[in-house]
Amino acid sequence: MTDAAHRGGAPDATELRRRTRELLAAHPPLETGRTAFLEARFDAGLAWVHYPEGLGGLGAPRTLQAVVDAELEAAGAPDNDPRRIGIGLGMAAPTILGFGTQEQKERFLRPLWVGEEVWCQLFSEPGAGSDLAALGTRAVREGDDWVVDGQKVWTSSAHLARWAILIARTDPDVPKHRGITYFVCDMTDPGVEVRPLRQITGEAEFNEVFLTGVRIPDSHRLGEVGDGWRVAQTTLMNERVSIGGMRIPREGGMIGPVAKTWRERPELRTHDLHQRLLKLWVEAEVGRLTGERLRQQLVAGQPGPEGSGLKLGFARLNQEISGLEVELLGEEGLLYEDWTMRRPELVDFTGRDAGYRYLRSKGNSIEGGTSEVLLNIVAERVLGLPSEPRTDKDVAWKDLAR
Amino acid sequence: MTTQGTQPDLLYSEEEEALRAAVRDLLADHCDAGRVITRTESDTPYDPALWKALSDGMGLAGLLVPEEQGGQGATHREVAVVLEELGRAVAPVPYLTSAVVATEALLACTGEDADALLTELASGRTVGALAVALSAAPDGAHRTVRDEGGLLYGELTGIADATAVHVLLVPAADGGLYAVDASAVTVTPQISLDLTRPLATVTLDGVRGRRLGDAGPAVRRGLRAGAGLLASEQLGLADWCLTETVRHLKERKQFNRPVGGFQALKHRLAQLWLEVVNTRAAARNAADALAAGSADTDVAVAVAQAYAAPVAVHAAEEALQLHGGIGMTWEHPVHLYLKRAKADSIAYGTAGAHREALARLVDLQAP
Repeated sequence: MTDAAHRGGAPDATELRRRTRELLAAHPPLETGRTAFLEARFDAGLAWVHYPEGLGGLGAPRTLQAVVDAELEAAGAPDNDPRRIGIGLGMAAPTILGFGTQEQKERFLRPLWVGEEVWCQLFSEPGAGSDLAALGTRAVREGDDWVVDGQKVWTSSAHLARWAILIARTDPDVPKHRGITYFVCDMTDPGVEVRPLRQITGEAEFNEVFLTGVRIPDSHRLGEVGDGWRVAQTTLMNERVSIGGMRIPREGGMIGPVAKTWRERPELRTHDLHQRLLKLWVEAEVGRLTGERLRQQLVAGQPGPEGSGLKLGFARLNQEISGLEVELLGEEGLLYEDWTMRRPELVDFTGRDAGYRYLRSKGNSIEGGTSEVLLNIVAERVLGLPSEPRTDKDVAWKDLAR
Repeated sequence: MTTQGTQPDLLYSEEEEALRAAVRDLLADHCDAGRVITRTESDTPYDPALWKALSDGMGLAGLLVPEEQGGQGATHREVAVVLEELGRAVAPVPYLTSAVVATEALLACTGEDADALLTELASGRTVGALAVALSAAPDGAHRTVRDEGGLLYGELTGIADATAVHVLLVPAADGGLYAVDASAVTVTPQISLDLTRPLATVTLDGVRGRRLGDAGPAVRRGLRAGAGLLASEQLGLADWCLTETVRHLKERKQFNRPVGGFQALKHRLAQLWLEVVNTRAAARNAADALAAGSADTDVAVAVAQAYAAPVAVHAAEEALQLHGGIGMTWEHPVHLYLKRAKADSIAYGTAGAHREALARLVDLQAP
């Protein structure tokens, strides 16, 4: 590990450990205060060590982040609550890093990482889900600004977000993938209206976002005009490759609560449920092993295509396990915890009851790419099978039937 | 019991990949599908020349045997890679039965007779089989023979590769495991579903055997390794079915388009790919646990067998269906894979038997 880290003078594990201890000595976590500590950590290049110097990193191998995290955790230092700022960290940041100007990187990355500024993603529209490039939100150039009109949907965190990554149509006269441009949108601007979207669980975890005459300065464009689809690919790839250094223990996923209920409440057991539970337990364990194998491949620097399939597997498994769980609970399965409309900051599968898990997991095969689209991606990109004939390829967006 | 200690190594080492390449080359030269089909209809369904090349030429029969006993002193991880390739080729050789199951059973025994036999099996010049039905699960029941006045009597059925072996390891009612020369017993071939791993009945009519040790731990060890490593054979088999079917569907045209471009078929193949990916992780985990002598081995073996067996059958069934009419013919090799996959799903315990074992191991008891 240490030798592999010496790529072009990048710091190795020992050096990172030394710098982490230096940070802790200069800013004792208990006396420093949460935000101040996180800012100091960012400035020391220990936020995301694989990012460039000056932008929260040191250009070190990504796998060495674990060394820093372990030292900080042991010292009781605060983390940047990565689950709460997941969209910023997982999607906005890599896109800004890949396509932003130096000015944009310096403006956005630090408050994003520290968690002072929450991000959301204005991609999906009522008429553009799996066929995302069909989007109809328009951005028209007026002097130094773009004027944006349209509607977005399924936007988590929009009600909390300071900034959004946005894709909009800037040229309706070219085929759909070519007329899209990528922007950073200020969610506090006039013309941005966020409405809660109540879902199957009773909660409003997502939002509808209406954009009416929103003015975005051209300096908040990411990438070239008309190149937004390519920029968006970076965002989407990062959305799907969320599996990283995490090691999941056996029964670490949704099978855990079911197994626990089975062990603690023998009166609920039936032979039919036993057969199904064992089958799902095996599948959950095998899915965990596949994730672990992918993790080992990444650490060894031989990433495989397995990641493309993991989300597919987990989506189906979560749905089957949570369905079984509701049945296992029998009379209790007929009840639901709370239908009050609430606005949760996080999707928390483990802290909730079985009915919530059952209903919320139905979204697992839709969000971040439907299972049907992901199966196409596996078939075409991994297995090399031909794509289906398309009728929209060389047609200007404005001429498409809709 | 629901958490495990050290992390398994689920990758292939460079040496393991080199071993795979060597075995695959050999099989490409000596084990093409046409020859395997022809051989299934001959008097020697197994391939002695291929066996000699694998054992004498490459020393693979002795992978699990320590060097001081004439073996290679390798581990189950390397054996698993060999079995992946043998599964990919549905190779008609008694590798799993002799170099894995019989060898593991002998490794559980002590004494000169067992040691000497182990060395002989490691060379590959002697082929052995554990005289327990192929369908027996590691924790399941199996038949034994009577012992009377130092002689063995009885009939054992469903013994895999018995027609190919020189020596049988026979469990007797007195709790002992006995080595019996194949020439001293009557081996009657059974007409088997899997033509490439044929079964036979073994009849002992007052045969003298050499006692090797206690049958209980030896049989259990042999069957456990057999079940765990069978997952790698099933992986290789499923991988061949997927690869061949994808290749076929890229070429085969209907309605003026390659059939593989139709979404209904693409989704089935993508789903199968996912199952193969999962099987690889499960099979590697079992091989690594066996190699490390991990406390988690029983769980790893049961998980691998409960998962891999249905995947191999599914892969072969999909391959047949998606090859269309040609898949139903004797001349196309897909039937060899279907027959092997279905037989493998019963070998060393069904998926259901392994799930029942898991219920005990991970404390998910039946009602």
